[in-house]
Amino acid sequence: MTELYAVLAVILFTIGLVGFLVRRNALVIFMCVELMLNAANLLFVAFSDHYGILDGQMAAFFVMVVAAAEVVIGLSIIVMIFRSRRSTSVDNETVLKG
Amino acid sequence: MLETLTPIAATGIFQYAWLIIAIPAVVAALLLILGRVTNGFGHWIATLAPIASFVIALVAFVQLLGLPSQSRAVVDPLYTWFASGTWQIDVALLIDPLSILFVLLITGVGSIIHIYSIGYMADDPNRRRFFAYLNLFIAAMLILVLADNYLVLFVGWEGVGLASYLLISFWAERPSAAAAGKKAFVMNRVGDLGLLAAVFTMLAMFGSSSFAAVDAGASQLSLGWATFVGFMLLLAACGKSAQVPLQAWLLDAMEGPTPVSALIHAATMVTAGVYLVVRSGAIFEHTPAAQLGVAIVGTVTLLVGAWIGCSKDDIKKVLAGSTMSQIGYMMLAAGIGPAGYAFAIFHLLTHGFFKANMFLGAGSVMHGTGDDVNMRHFGALRKAMPITFVTFGIGYLAIIGFPFFSGFYSKDHIIEAAFHAQPALGVLALIGAGVTAFYMTRLMLMTFFGDARWVKGVHPHESPAVMWVPLVLLAIGSFIGGMVLNGWIGAWLAPIGAEAGEHASWLPEITWLGVVTLLVVAAGVALGWFVFGRRPVPAVAPDKVSIITTIGRHDLYGDQIIDHGVVQPGLALGRGVALADELGVDPATDGLGWVVQATGNQVRRLQNGYVRTYGVTMAIGVVLIGLALVVSRLV
Amino acid sequence: MILIPMISGTAVTFWICAVLAILGAVGLVTFTKPVYSALCLALVMVSLAVIYASLGAPFLFAVQIIVYTGAVLMLFLFVVMLVGVDTHDSIRETLRGHRVAVALAGIGVLALLVLAVVQGVAGGSGNVAQANDAAGGNVQGLAGLIFSRYVIAFEATAALLITAAVAAMVLAHPEQLRRKIGQTERAAKRLEAYAESGVHPGPQPNSGVFARHNSIATPALLPDGTIAAGSVSPVLAQRVVVGDPEELWAPHDEVLAAIEADGDDEETAEGLIESDLAIEDAQIEVLDESSTPDESVPDDSAADQGEDSPASVEPEPTAVQVAHGDPPITVDDGYTPADDLDDESDEPKKTTGKKGKHND
Repeated sequence: MTELYAVLAVILFTIGLVGFLVRRNALVIFMCVELMLNAANLLFVAFSDHYGILDGQMAAFFVMVVAAAEVVIGLSIIVMIFRSRRSTSVDNETVLKG
Repeated sequence: MLETLTPIAATGIFQYAWLIIAIPAVVAALLLILGRVTNGFGHWIATLAPIASFVIALVAFVQLLGLPSQSRAVVDPLYTWFASGTWQIDVALLIDPLSILFVLLITGVGSIIHIYSIGYMADDPNRRRFFAYLNLFIAAMLILVLADNYLVLFVGWEGVGLASYLLISFWAERPSAAAAGKKAFVMNRVGDLGLLAAVFTMLAMFGSSSFAAVDAGASQLSLGWATFVGFMLLLAACGKSAQVPLQAWLLDAMEGPTPVSALIHAATMVTAGVYLVVRSGAIFEHTPAAQLGVAIVGTVTLLVGAWIGCSKDDIKKVLAGSTMSQIGYMMLAAGIGPAGYAFAIFHLLTHGFFKANMFLGAGSVMHGTGDDVNMRHFGALRKAMPITFVTFGIGYLAIIGFPFFSGFYSKDHIIEAAFHAQPALGVLALIGAGVTAFYMTRLMLMTFFGDARWVKGVHPHESPAVMWVPLVLLAIGSFIGGMVLNGWIGAWLAPIGAEAGEHASWLPEITWLGVVTLLVVAAGVALGWFVFGRRPVPAVAPDKVSIITTIGRHDLYGDQIIDHGVVQPGLALGRGVALADELGVDPATDGLGWVVQATGNQVRRLQNGYVRTYGVTMAIGVVLIGLALVVSRLV
Repeated sequence: MILIPMISGTAVTFWICAVLAILGAVGLVTFTKPVYSALCLALVMVSLAVIYASLGAPFLFAVQIIVYTGAVLMLFLFVVMLVGVDTHDSIRETLRGHRVAVALAGIGVLALLVLAVVQGVAGGSGNVAQANDAAGGNVQGLAGLIFSRYVIAFEATAALLITAAVAAMVLAHPEQLRRKIGQTERAAKRLEAYAESGVHPGPQPNSGVFARHNSIATPALLPDGTIAAGSVSPVLAQRVVVGDPEELWAPHDEVLAAIEADGDDEETAEGLIESDLAIEDAQIEVLDESSTPDESVPDDSAADQGEDSPASVEPEPTAVQVAHGDPPITVDDGYTPADDLDDESDEPKKTTGKKGKHND
């Protein structure tokens, strides 16, 4: 049974990755990152059940905390960029290149 | 003979020996840091500092006198400077018969010159700075002579070099003074290089730079190394004591204020080279070549200095040439070996008195004639400045070796010792004595006798008491110094390796050599009177003079020789290096830079600035690494 | 693979939620409107929460719903609303060869991960329910771990969250680009503008002044009966039909007409005059009579009365009509009478201050 969860997690992760690479809207890119994090969490929980120990759930919990912090920072950066450039497209940020 | 003293631990007054150095050092720092606040009273505390040091040194000297002669070396360890590997360099003060004599000379003559300077520099706006430098010099010189190892000695050696530089170019607004200071500094560096090489060699050979370790280990040194160290020490001594071939700076150093010339460039600092040679007697003992080198350098310099002294019209430069000459005598004595050490130091002490006396006298003359130094503008000053005349006359009699004056004792010993060691050197030294009598007579006649050739508007007058009292003190020293020390100094210095002199009383033994010397001196005086005393001296230096005078006026072309022998080749070498840099190094480095830049321009295209491209690159990289892992597992 | 003897509740949950989650994930990537993407993400998260619950992780179930879906995702939605509610992402790819590279990378990662996790499944056996029971419950078990083995990591996350909060505040705080202008300087500038170009230094007139309504959309009327241009927000002026001055004056005119038709009936107004103004003056009587029939808007009439009183104390008997009819010369305060608010941009004097901001 666990391998089904694992495969589901991998599929979700891959979809997130593809979205991350394809989409240009910074917000959607961020959502894809969240999707990947969720896929990893699913894997943690599934294996926690698989091995019968709680440490996996613990790890998932920490991932959520870190994700929350990351979202706060990321979104405020997006808002800031939007404020100055009126756009959330990551392709517009090429001016940062050296 | 070369039994070195085993130093004993410091007790009593010797524990406070560090104060001798600390007092002038602290005063110098105070005057420099506090700045204008101390303008009003700075010269007074600066004068008190060497006097305080002198008092402490005097007490220590009396204590040392009371000790048995074999325990007259006291080491006062202060702290460990640094310890690195097997080397441990301690800062410790060595008070023994040699160093205490130097301390007394430095602080004694130094105090007198400080007092004199109060009057001499009264009108100078930077008098406070002048006194701070003087105290700095005193402290550095005391470190030099009190150090118990060569490395600490080197600190003092550099310190006096710095103080000398600062004081020569004290009136730095004059381009000539600034240039003279720079010249002295650079030429001294050459000598310092020699000292450094010698100290490094000692550290490598003996694992220590302390005098005790070097003295003990010198006998095990191979001849080659001993000669090397000896010549390096000689180079150092040449630089500091203005001996040929590093003599050129001393004449220019007369740009400094006259008290500086008296203290640093006559009485104390320039004798540091003699001190170094005597202190390193153990090394020279094992290298006849270097010893002979010292003697030859001394002889050459004593003649060169005398030559220069004969032909100059600048009173200070005459005295500077005479200083070179007298130090040449000391070097000659030091080069003779242990037999001459005591005489070298003896002459050093008497010279310290009579030369400081004459320099200060010259300063007094300049003070009275509106800072003129040209002797052709003097003449007949004996009536205008009687005290200066009398004291200067005592110095004159002392330097030419008039019987019972101090130079008579010390110089005779050296000539005598030179005859015993190398008759040729002895003859040259004898000739030097005659020439000395000639040019000093010339100086006396041109300055104090004859017609007044004063420049219009100059009214020579006697200097204030603060200036003539030091003159009187030094004149007394010049007069009785020889008699007092003659029977005593040989025995006193015996513990540090000097052979006791033969003369044991103030009354000299009459020898045929002594008589000959006196005759030569008398001939020199007579010649001087014959040339300069019989007819008026022209107020403008005549153009048509003998080739000998021309060479002498140009300092024996010392500057030109250095310019063509050292400076021009050095510049050419520099231009060659610059050219090699332009043609070889620059294209190579530029080419390397061009290659990197071109590569970068190509690689830069990968950086298109799109985050998503970077993301894909990263993802593909992950896949490739994963594949590599899988493949490596399969294989 | 394992044969499933009979379909368990867990399996049912899994299949339903797995399908929903993948659908949501695909939707997240494909929808061009960020709002839809966010909602799809919510679907994925809730599905995963249910799966957590079925995997013996009730605490994470709750946290996933409350923190992730409830807080984090709502924050996302909030920002989406803030920065680009009506943006539409273009589907067209602008980078050459990008899609192909992404496809390759995606397939590679998928293959590698499947390989990895399927290998990881081997060897494990057990059920987290036993661990939960051993600890006396899922939450108790996690609590035990947090405060023992993971206590340092837990404290570190606390620091992380604080840092993130502060950082967000710092980042979101707009920079003061220019020097702040103080009240004195503002006043000085206003008077300077008045001296140079005659711009009125005082406040703009309120809406509804001299009018019969105090609605925000009612423009103020100038004493000559025209509309004061600055009294109504330009937004309203654009959107709402601001009343025609004639229309605004219509009731007034009616009352006036009625009064004129009645003639001078002084007795009826006697009591009102005495109680209100106590000034025995014919002009005021006329005014009071004009307001009495209009009982439905007492405030407005009072305002009219008060504002008109300077005009009404003039000796001419037809003071109201003067104010209503020909424009008097006394209007010199910077407000030129404008017929229509929409035409304000034609007047250079008016567009300097308030208008420029809104019309671009």
